[in-house]
This record gives sequence, structure tokens and C-alpha cells, in this order.
Amino acid sequence: MHGRPRKAPKPEDEAASAAKAKKLRSLQSQFFSFHHNKIYTKEAVELSAKLLEINPESYTAWNYRKLAVEHHLSQPESNPDSVKSILDDELRVVESALRQNFKSYGAWHHRKWILSKGHSLIDHELRLLDKFQKADSRNFHAWNYRRFVAELMNRSEQDELKYTEHMIYTNFSNYSAWHNRSVLLSNLLEEKAEGFLSKEKVLPEEYEFIHQAIFTDPDDQSGWFYHLWLLDQTVKDDSPLLVSSWPAHGSDLFLLEDRCHNGSAFSPFTTLHSDSGSFPVVLYFNQSVEGVSSSTVTVESGFNKNEDLVWKPLSASNSQTAQVWVAHLKFPTSEFHSSVEVSVGHSKGIISSKGSQHSYPSTFSFKVCVQPVERDFSEASVAENISWREEDFKVYGRQTQESIPIVSFDELSIKNDHEPTASSWRAEAIAKEIECFRELLSLMDCKIGKLTLARLLMAYDVMAFSCANKLVHSEEVLELYNDLMKLDTSHYQYYKDEHSLVFLQQVTSSRESLLKHCFQYKDSVSSSICNPICLRLNNLSLSQMGAFEKLLWVQMLDLSQNELRSIEGLEAMQLLSCLSLRNNKLRSLTALEPLRKLKSLRVLDISYNEIGEHSIDTTRYLCSSPLSHSVGSEWNKDETVISGVALINYWEAFFIFKELSLKQLDIVGNAIADEKFKSILVKVLPKLKRLDGELLD
Amino acid sequence: MGELAVEKHVEYILAVEKRKDSFESVVMDHLRLNGAYWGLTTLDLLGKLDSVNADEVISWIMKCQHESGGFAGNIGHDPHILYTLSAVQVLALFNKLDVLNIDKVATYITGLQNEDGSFSGDMWGEVDTRFSYIAICCLSILRCLDKINVEKAVNYIVSCKNLDGGFGCTPGGESHAGQIFCCVGALAITGSLHHVDKDLLGWWLCERQVKSGGLNGRPEKLPDVCYSWWVLSSLIMIDRVHWIDKEKLFRFILDCQDVENGGISDRPDDAVDIFHTYFGVAGLSLLEYPGLKAIDPAYALPVDVVNRIFFGR
Repeated sequence: MHGRPRKAPKPEDEAASAAKAKKLRSLQSQFFSFHHNKIYTKEAVELSAKLLEINPESYTAWNYRKLAVEHHLSQPESNPDSVKSILDDELRVVESALRQNFKSYGAWHHRKWILSKGHSLIDHELRLLDKFQKADSRNFHAWNYRRFVAELMNRSEQDELKYTEHMIYTNFSNYSAWHNRSVLLSNLLEEKAEGFLSKEKVLPEEYEFIHQAIFTDPDDQSGWFYHLWLLDQTVKDDSPLLVSSWPAHGSDLFLLEDRCHNGSAFSPFTTLHSDSGSFPVVLYFNQSVEGVSSSTVTVESGFNKNEDLVWKPLSASNSQTAQVWVAHLKFPTSEFHSSVEVSVGHSKGIISSKGSQHSYPSTFSFKVCVQPVERDFSEASVAENISWREEDFKVYGRQTQESIPIVSFDELSIKNDHEPTASSWRAEAIAKEIECFRELLSLMDCKIGKLTLARLLMAYDVMAFSCANKLVHSEEVLELYNDLMKLDTSHYQYYKDEHSLVFLQQVTSSRESLLKHCFQYKDSVSSSICNPICLRLNNLSLSQMGAFEKLLWVQMLDLSQNELRSIEGLEAMQLLSCLSLRNNKLRSLTALEPLRKLKSLRVLDISYNEIGEHSIDTTRYLCSSPLSHSVGSEWNKDETVISGVALINYWEAFFIFKELSLKQLDIVGNAIADEKFKSILVKVLPKLKRLDGELLD
Repeated sequence: MGELAVEKHVEYILAVEKRKDSFESVVMDHLRLNGAYWGLTTLDLLGKLDSVNADEVISWIMKCQHESGGFAGNIGHDPHILYTLSAVQVLALFNKLDVLNIDKVATYITGLQNEDGSFSGDMWGEVDTRFSYIAICCLSILRCLDKINVEKAVNYIVSCKNLDGGFGCTPGGESHAGQIFCCVGALAITGSLHHVDKDLLGWWLCERQVKSGGLNGRPEKLPDVCYSWWVLSSLIMIDRVHWIDKEKLFRFILDCQDVENGGISDRPDDAVDIFHTYFGVAGLSLLEYPGLKAIDPAYALPVDVVNRIFFGR
């Protein structure tokens, strides 16, 4: 099936082929006769060997031979010698089949089955494996078999590690050997086996080793992924850590129940209009965790009982793990002040998805002030149409003495009880790698050099400057990604996405740069400014959204005129009430899945995207639906029509929109948005007041 | 850039179905049920499924079913999970799943799940994540996924995740695009894609594209049209397909056609076969080649067939 040259069939070839076919058919039918009649004589068994020699893929013949073996082993005359002889025969047949096709699943499995009987010599197996490795060092069947034999023999992981070293020195371009090395090494490190106590000692040696592979031939991929793994091991602390929260530590939160209030006494950054009688508390970890609950997180406030709080993971599907968790605190309706203290992880239970315990308990606190209803503007706010026009925005120019309660730039936003010490060996290792790769790039312009340097510089900045939140290398990193977009055009979009992420980190890394993107929105109905700060990240060529841990405070977000194909991660922005994704590259309704977790979202503009233009949906399995068995039990799987909507044609609209309480939606400029579709939307979104600028009745 | 020679490929597939006398054909006899799935799905993607006699095909398929409920690759052979999926998929194409005794098939498959959540291919115990995918896909099409222990099945698949973000056939097995498709597909169907590090795996997968524009299955190997399916569908399920150059891949697949005799081969100018014809056309469908039906990246069946199963009558 693979690697045979295409040639026109000649008549003599066809005749020969037909003759061979006839022979094989006759063998096969004799074989079937023996197999179906359970005949296991010497003659019958030999016939199956002939068949397998010609066609090692004939799986039923392998099954038959196992039955024959079991039949003979169970005979009263069988003794250790006859048993060994029978099994040796099988091993010979396997070897002969493997010579025909050393990738035959059936042959390898038969050998394992025989070895598992426990009567054969195992030492011979390692010698056999050496032969196969010489023939093809990437044969994964052989590597799998090697793992099987090593376990049978109880070979130590250290010995197997030496074997991978030997294979790599024979030929650096052996991804299979590097892969096996990564498995063995990570096991040994985790077990804290003798001689493998710390990453601190082991990783520098591994870096030396991998350099030989990468620097010998930078275009050979064999070492790239191993190096990335080493980098990951150097940078990441296994233990999960809280990196951000909303409300932020030390902030003063003002909760207002009416839409407009006079007076600019309150900072628009920390003012929240809430018509639900509650506000969210958001926890953002550095990795996915489970076990966040009222037992592991304590919220002490004058107005809520901690045990009543329900913490939910912000993830699609049935997952109980997430990087971001939220709980809602109910607040009293009368005028009210209180301080709230949140303690995370003081009792055990929060675990990363890799199994590491959360071991850095942290605390943050903030003040809450509730302003009761003064005037009733509910009617006006219903009619209000957010139009996102340029002239509606005014730069937020107020002199800010106040800190923007995102991440405090000069001090830690989270008060951690035990700060993870940025061990010097990590920073040193990264610094050394940076040096090595700068040297490589001075000798030759290569893709892996630039990409690795970009990753190293970002890692270094994050590690060395996490307190100060400065990103000294970000300009250089952006340059490197620009270079890569030109150097390796096939992977242009990969580098573009990385570029967008770095750019966003840069924008959110200082008060000055962030303020440039903060605007106030003035609505046409009332002359006062009653909407929160709008973060405008429009027209920035963004292909990917990020830096969410710095943006948890955002209530109004303008992402229009970008190149966004995905809004992965946006579910973290729990305060979002107004969002514009106008003029982007969203391709399907399922791409809007993250919005389902935004309970406060009221205004959504997805006009001028590509929804309905594409036959292939790349987020089909990243949304909760029956296709991925991730819908709750409230959906009856026999229902084909819901709310008058035939699911087979509109299931995406139904599942994505039914939980959104949108008041305003703009969808014009998408191929899907015909009149029929718009009428379906009105059925699925009962609270909708405006669609494409038109008031609905 | 060439074009897809639709008529030629349809003729090729129909001819292969009839030609049973060549040596190549006899040697593949034992997996004829897989061949039926490859050929018929390709015909459906090309809009020509009605070129075959559905009743004949279905009647032959049912003759391949054993007492145990499992299907063999062809009449006379032993049952195996590989052919059981193909049987169910072909019946789904024809919208004839109702000819099955679903409980019987489900019992065969649930009987193959092991304590650790893995699946054996048949009674002889070979374990491979391919079989995990097959079990999950098959029972899902039959709408009885809850008959297996899904949590354990997912845990086993996750235990096969490697440090490069990919997946192997068993724990510790090297990442390979075929196995990655199976694991990612299984995780997609069970709503468990949060176990995949999409950026890490996405980078590994997009680096399968070599200079010629074709895709290989793992680092430093030759490109092959079948990876147009396995790598591409995996990238699509995790929404990272924009990280490869689709134009270049288009051209590679089209260059692998035999435009005179029909069929698609693994590499340009190699011999064609049904296997690569299916993967080439399926790959083109994923790339939105005009005129082709859309294929579902997880179930490997046309999208309208999958939607019919879950939302139709």
C-alpha cells in the first residue's frame, strides 16, 4: 500500500498476479476449512504458517495458531520440552512474518502472546530487537515491544535510559530515542530515583546533550520537541498558583443598581452595575485545577455565608477542571459597606490536572460598597442602542492617582503566604540557553533558532520580572516573530498568533500602555456617561486574544476590526456586558462557545464575520453539544424540534444562544444571517430587544 | 494547480469493488469491510453513493457478523473491533442502522473493555488506543455510549499522552499522527478535549507539513496523503488548522492523483489504492474543496450523516 511505484499493468504481470491470487485463494479456503472445523493437526498448522508467510496480515490465521497452541498445551502428553518446542515454532513463524513485514501488528502481538506464556527465553528478544533497530530505528512496533520485554525482564529505567543515550549517539536524528528518553527521565525525576533527585542537576546535562542534536543540524526536528519539554520543565513550577483575581486585592468595589448615577465620585474601573443582586468573584490560576470549593476557598464577608457559595469551573463540557473559577456573592439591597477577605488553598484539595497539590496558599481582600437605587432609568436603558461608533468614544483622560485594579504594577496583586522562590538555577539555565541560541543565530539564520530564542526571552521576562511585571524583551520577541512569518511562510499563522499574544502582554504590562486603550462610551439617550470603561483593542491585527488574567475587570470590550478566528479564553472575563467582535474572522456559531459562560453579557456585535461561509466547522467539538456528549441531562435526546426550531439545521444557534440573556445583537454581514435565521434567533433569545439595529416588539 | 478528477475516481472505486481476482485484492481480502467503508464514504463525499446497490452491500455486511455480535473483515474471518466500526459506519451512510440488533453489537464492544479502561481488539487481547477510538465512535453512532465506562476509557487515553502533546498506541508509545487522530477523536466525542494541550499538540501537528506541502506522520519521515486526514482532522478538532498552509497541501494531494486511471496514491507517481483515495478525498473535504460534501473530523463520516444520527428523525 505504501511506496510502490505507479506503472501501467502489463498483460504478463496481470496473468502472473492472477495465478498467484488463485494459489493464495486455494490456501485460504483450505485454511478456513481447518479453522472452522477446529482441526489442529501438524499438517493443518503448517498450512497456516505457509499462509502467514505469504500474507502476514491475515489476522484470522494468527488467531487460529493461538487456538492450536492452546489445544496442544492442554493435551495430557504435554511436558515442559514439548511446550517449549511448540512455542519456539511460533516464534520462528513470527520472525519469518516480520521479515516480510516488520510493521505487522498481528505478528508482533502474536510474539507478545507467546512470551507472556512465560516459557520462552527472554534474552534472545533483546538481540532480536537490536537487529530490528538497525534495520529501522524509528520502528515504533519494535520500541513498543522493547518496553514490553524490558518490563518482563524487570530491566531498570536507568539501564533503558542508557540505551536511549547509546541510540542517540549512534544517530542524533532519532526522534523515537528522544521520545523514550523523555518518558524514562520524567518517570525517574518524579520517583526521585537514586541519582535523579533534582531537576536542578539533571536538566543542565540534558541541555548539553540536546544542543548536540539541534546545533548539528538545525533543520532536523528530532531535538526540537525534547528541547521544548526541557524548557517547560525549567520554567514551570509543577504546583498550581493563583495569579490573578477579580475583585483585585486592595480594590474598592462600588455596586450600583441603577444604570446611571450622577457624580464621578466612583472610579469607573471598579464600578459595577448589577441587576442580579450578586457579583462574581473570579479566581485565575496559572494552570488548570480541580477541587476549588467552599472547603478549599474561604470568603469572609459580613453578608454571605461561605458554605453557601458554589464555585464553578469555567470550561466547556463536563470538565470539573479549569484555569478560571467563579462564584457569585449575593449582596444586600440597602446601602451597605463591608470588607471581604478571600483565602485560597489554606486547606488541601486544590489539585492541578497533572496531580500536583496547590501548595502556595494566598489571600486577597477588597471593600464593597452598595449604592441603592436613586432614579429609575430602566426604560431608557432598554431603548439604548450601543452603536460602537468612533465618535461615541472619548479617551479616558482623567489623571489617575488611583491604581487600575487589574494587577498592581509595583507590587503583587495577590498576597501569597508562601511565595514560591524564583530559584536561581531556573533563571540561570534560561540565561545560558539564551546565550547559546544567540550564538547559533549569529552563525546561521534558522527557524528553530529564532523560535526558541523568542520562547526563551518571554520565559525569562515572566520569570525574572514577575514582581515588576516588566517585559524588557518584548520588542525583540515581536521582531523575531515578524522574521519567522517571513522565513517560514507555511506556518505564518502560528507565528501571527504568538505575535498577538506577546503584543497583548506588552499592552497590559504597564499602566501607561493600558490607559491608551481605555475609553468612555457616551450614549445618545442621556447626556451623562453611564457606561463603564470600554477597553478598545480594535484595529490591531490581532489574530488571537490573550492576557485575560490582566483583563478580568473589563465590562465593555471592543475587539472590532481584527483577525480573530477564535475567542478561546474569553470565558474568564466574567464582567463583560458589552462585546464587539465586528469585522473579524469568526467562522461559525460554535466559535462563540466561550460567551455561554458570560452571564452578564447583554450587548453582542458579531456583524461582518464569516459565519455561514464555511462547510467545515473547526470549533464543532469545542462547544457543548450532543455530538460530544457534553450537554446536561435537561436535553432530551429524542427531541428533534425545540421552540419550533428544527435542530438538524439550527442546532448550533440553539445550543450557543439559549443560555445568553442578550438584549442587543448585531449579526448583519454574515452569510448565515438571512431572514429565516433571524426569526429563529428571536425564538431562541426571548429577552432580545434589538436585532441589527431594529427594535423588536 | 490540477483539479480533482471526480469521474475517474468514481470509476476506479467501482472497478475495485468488482475486481476480486488480482493478487493485491486477495491479499486484502481480510479487510474488505474496511475497504467498503473507504470506498463508499469516498463515493458519498463525491455525491455518488447511489452508484452502488445498497441492498447487496448490506446483505454482505450482515453475513460478516458473528454470534458474538462483532463483525469480521470478510465472510469466513474472525470478528474484530476494527471491522465492527466499519460495518456500523457503512450502515450509517445508507441510513440503515435499524437492520442492526444494537444490543448485540454493544455487548460485543463493552465486553472488550479492560479494567484499566483500555479496549482490546478482540478476544486475543491486543490493546491499542485505536480500539478505544473505535469503541467510543461506534457506540456513539449507535447512541449508547453510556454502556461502557467512559471515565475509565478517557483516563486510559490520557495516560497515553506524551510530553510532546501527542498520543501513542499504549502508555509510553511514541506520538504518531494516526494514534493522535484516534485519541483526539475519542476525546472529542466524549467531551474531553480539555485534556489536550491544544497549543503544544497544534505546534507538533503543524510541523508535520514539509517543504513539498505534504504532511508526514511524525518528525523526519516522508509525507503521505493519508496524513492529510489524520493530521488535518486532529488540527481541526482542536481548532489549530490555520497553522498549516492549506494551499500547499491542496496541491500535494491533487498531485497524488492518477488522473488517467483514477485513484490517489500515498505520494506523487506511486501506485494508487482505495485507502489513499479515501484519505485524499477526505483531506480535500476538510480543506473545503468546492463541490465535496463536508466530512466530520471526529466520526469520519459526512456531516449530514452525523447530524442525521444526532438531530434527525
